[in-house]
Amino acid sequence: MAEAETPVAPIQPEPVRVYRHRLPARIWHWVNAVTLLILLMSGLMIFNAHPRLYWGEYGANFDRAWLVIGSTPDSGYLRIGDYRVETTGVLGRWTDAEGAQKTWAFPGWATIPTSYSLADGRRWHLLFAWVLSIGLTLYMVWTLLGGHLRKDLHIRRAEWLPRHIWHDVKEHARLRFPRGEAAARYGILQKLSYIGVIFVLLPLMIATGLTMSPGMNAAWPWLLDVFGGRQSARSIHFIAAWALVAFFLVHIAMVLLAGPINEVRSMVTGWFRLPPERGERA
Amino acid sequence: MSEIVLPRRQLIARAGGLVAAAGALPLLSGCDVINDAPAVRKILSMGEEMNRASQRALIDRNALAREFGKSDLSPYFRPNGTRLPAGAAYAAHASSGFADWRVKVTGLVARPLSLSMADIRTMPQRTQITRHDCVEGWSAIGQWTGPQLSDILAAAGVRDSARYIVFRCADRLGDALYYESCDMVDALHPQTIMAWALNGAVLPIANGAPLRLRIERQLGYKHAKYVNAIEAVASLDQIGAGKGGYWEDRIDYEWYAGI
Repeated sequence: MAEAETPVAPIQPEPVRVYRHRLPARIWHWVNAVTLLILLMSGLMIFNAHPRLYWGEYGANFDRAWLVIGSTPDSGYLRIGDYRVETTGVLGRWTDAEGAQKTWAFPGWATIPTSYSLADGRRWHLLFAWVLSIGLTLYMVWTLLGGHLRKDLHIRRAEWLPRHIWHDVKEHARLRFPRGEAAARYGILQKLSYIGVIFVLLPLMIATGLTMSPGMNAAWPWLLDVFGGRQSARSIHFIAAWALVAFFLVHIAMVLLAGPINEVRSMVTGWFRLPPERGERA
Repeated sequence: MSEIVLPRRQLIARAGGLVAAAGALPLLSGCDVINDAPAVRKILSMGEEMNRASQRALIDRNALAREFGKSDLSPYFRPNGTRLPAGAAYAAHASSGFADWRVKVTGLVARPLSLSMADIRTMPQRTQITRHDCVEGWSAIGQWTGPQLSDILAAAGVRDSARYIVFRCADRLGDALYYESCDMVDALHPQTIMAWALNGAVLPIANGAPLRLRIERQLGYKHAKYVNAIEAVASLDQIGAGKGGYWEDRIDYEWYAGI
């Protein structure tokens, strides 16, 4: 009797859960999250030892640098080509936690270790470069053999159509993300950025890093020809690092906009809850 | 009692270091605590060993560093580290054109030598245009001339028991004289020379006059300048603080500097 008086609740559809990320992808994701952060911050420390970039085989203080982070007695600046911008407080001249003025290029909060130590920056960088390289190699093998490339990253012919790509760009710009079944699959922009990171940017970081090694130059001198010299390799290494930072920022923004709990949970447990189709009740 | 307690304390300290390392990772500016923990430093030093072992396995022992043409020379070869050794003794050598400079070759050798600069210049010479890579990141290309270290070691009859070559220098940095060392693979490498000329002229003082090491597959701090003694040893333990070089002893630069 009492049951008959209970108001009928609208039917709440159970969220559809799909197994989206397999274990190797999840492990690699989180190992990389830590590894790339350490590599970036220790890399900025190494850059601080000589905050100038050149093109070609050689480059030192008396040669023309295309990028410089420097300081004057009362300011810090970034110069790229002939374009110069004041960066006092952030780059070139900044105040550390104890209130002391410093003139290293990147500030202590952005580097490993916090206070200047080229030796320690190199130790962090050159150890975690191994973690990145071994992890990437294993992940590439798994991607190719385990079906990740074929099932998840492969770009179908229809997706290459400019109309399709433009549609995806517009949908992203309007923050209209796929829902339902489609949300479980990667869009064209996602595929392009993941392929770009896994098969272009990360290998480029490793190859340009090896090109800076005088030992590796003796073993594989062709690396110098590929990148146009050791100092060019150093410049490309720096640029590609910021391309990875840009990927990271967009990646984080997309996770936040698409539903951070569901997204992070799926990268931890593997299980992703499909957002209901528009018009369905959640 | 203390023998038992001490290791346990060390273990706890080490475990503490690891826990601190794991817990503090997200706290970006707290990284220095992790950086200085002994356990972490031990792990970090694994990278150097991996780099040394893999490069030794991958790189043929006689694989050459790239040699360049005259058009590739840096307009100005940047000196680094000591640019003018202090003291009256070096000044006297410099004013006499290093006529009385001696390079002693000692240690695990059959015939210890004391070479004058004239001796060194009359040995068979190698001239090479190579790129010098500073650990800081910059590079400069210069032309170097001098005898191969392998010839000097052969003249002295280096013994099979020698595993490292130590280079003693005349420049004092702070509390000690500069020194460096390398293993026999790099010591006997064809491009490893004792250079007395840069870009076709006698080596300038700022670049290490009268004699400096060129060890082309490693970073700049390995290229000892102002060399006055070459010593063949079986172990680096008794040299300096035992890490094989001035900076290695003091600020933890890698002894193997191939990367």
